[in-house]
Amino acid sequence: MIINRPILPAPWEVLVVFFRELGKGLLIHFAVSLWRVTAGMLLSVAAAAPAGLAVGGSRTMNRIFSPVIYLLYPIPKVVFVPVVLLFLGIGDAAKIVIIFLILFFQILVLVRDQAAGLSPQLIQSLQSLGAGRRALFRFIYLPASLPAILTALRQSIGTAVAVLYITELFATKYGLGYYIYYNGSTLLDYPAMYAGVIAMSLLGLGLYFGVDWLERKLCRWKFVN
Amino acid sequence: MIQIQSLTFGYSPNALIFDGFNLSIARGETWAILGPSGCGKTTLLYLLAGLKFPITGQILVDGQPLTRPRPRSGLILQDYGLLPWATVRQNAEIGLRVRDFYGPDGKHSPDNYEPESNVNHWLKRLGIEDIAAQYPAQISGGQRQRTAIARTLALRPDLLLMDEPFSSLDAITREDLQNLTLALSVEQNLTLVIVTHAVEEAAALGNKILLLGAPTNRTARIFDNPNAGQSSQRNSAVHNALCDRLRKEMRH
Repeated sequence: MIINRPILPAPWEVLVVFFRELGKGLLIHFAVSLWRVTAGMLLSVAAAAPAGLAVGGSRTMNRIFSPVIYLLYPIPKVVFVPVVLLFLGIGDAAKIVIIFLILFFQILVLVRDQAAGLSPQLIQSLQSLGAGRRALFRFIYLPASLPAILTALRQSIGTAVAVLYITELFATKYGLGYYIYYNGSTLLDYPAMYAGVIAMSLLGLGLYFGVDWLERKLCRWKFVN
Repeated sequence: MIQIQSLTFGYSPNALIFDGFNLSIARGETWAILGPSGCGKTTLLYLLAGLKFPITGQILVDGQPLTRPRPRSGLILQDYGLLPWATVRQNAEIGLRVRDFYGPDGKHSPDNYEPESNVNHWLKRLGIEDIAAQYPAQISGGQRQRTAIARTLALRPDLLLMDEPFSSLDAITREDLQNLTLALSVEQNLTLVIVTHAVEEAAALGNKILLLGAPTNRTARIFDNPNAGQSSQRNSAVHNALCDRLRKEMRH
């Protein structure tokens, strides 16, 4: 009774529709979503990693900025969706900025903690080899924070994809969020809706494995015996 | 080579570790700084390395007051200070890469520094050529210390400062590395200052032994030990007598 409803199609039926829909535009929706979430991720790494390093690498900066971070970090950034839409309009920029806002604080906090917790001996060793502040950032703080950046990304992928769905409900005709909502609510084409859900899951999974791959590539030392 | 003049230093003004402390170290000498925990041995080494600075008084190296780490001084710490994300070869190269990063500015690297990135000679000399591609987590404590020594010697220092460098090693590895360090210091004409809390180690390595007591240290208690470094010296009657004397002095 419960499962024999149009809203719960059989898995094989969804799979058939999924492969059929790939050639009929699902792939484009997937690519647009991938672009938005990847751009948001890259932007947040580019902004949060240097900021986290600067705050974590200096006690004075940490004292000044930590209260601000503690105030802003717990605010659920998704509440800013209307504000960002208002300021940035209905294009891709608003969607990317919302993902950026969510990831930014996660990466900032993890990188800051990593930089602040570095062993003083490690820093003094390099200082004794002639390293000043710039060289310390280049040779110690930056490589030491790479695992923290990747951990933050891995932890945030689920949230980023969820927020991506929300942002794609507004003012767009492309993206998996739009595709799922349009098929589910307007066309009532439930197998196609589930095909979109599969595509969105694959997007999250792909990003997760992508970060794993990057970690194995960039942080080989973590995987040695 | 090193003149410590009226050095006063403490982590708080009410608890000075050194007060009006003077010491002179000549080029090519091998010094051991000995004393119980908390006496200021490591602090003195950090002052010599230019990582800490006197409250009053000054430290001159080659006639120049220390205001920052000196390009021709090498520092080796107890936990080796190796970068966990870099291989043995990359760790050995890191000092040279820092110098390349700044260029010959006379501040972070000597003003006559010419770029050099080949550390093969030092990997071979320290016997770590075969493990050059491994990470610090994959190698033994002795091999890590050899890597730290290679990294420092690649910068061709004239002063080598070592903070309890052999304390976490087993007896055989410790003795091997002590002998290697002494051989390298003669080979490279180094002035060597080793901090240790082990009486036997101080007596085996230091031609001069500086004994520090519980703070505040005002005068330098120095013991001459001309036979240090000779393999026949360890366990000799003279060595044992010196160890006994140092122990007695440490208890006072």
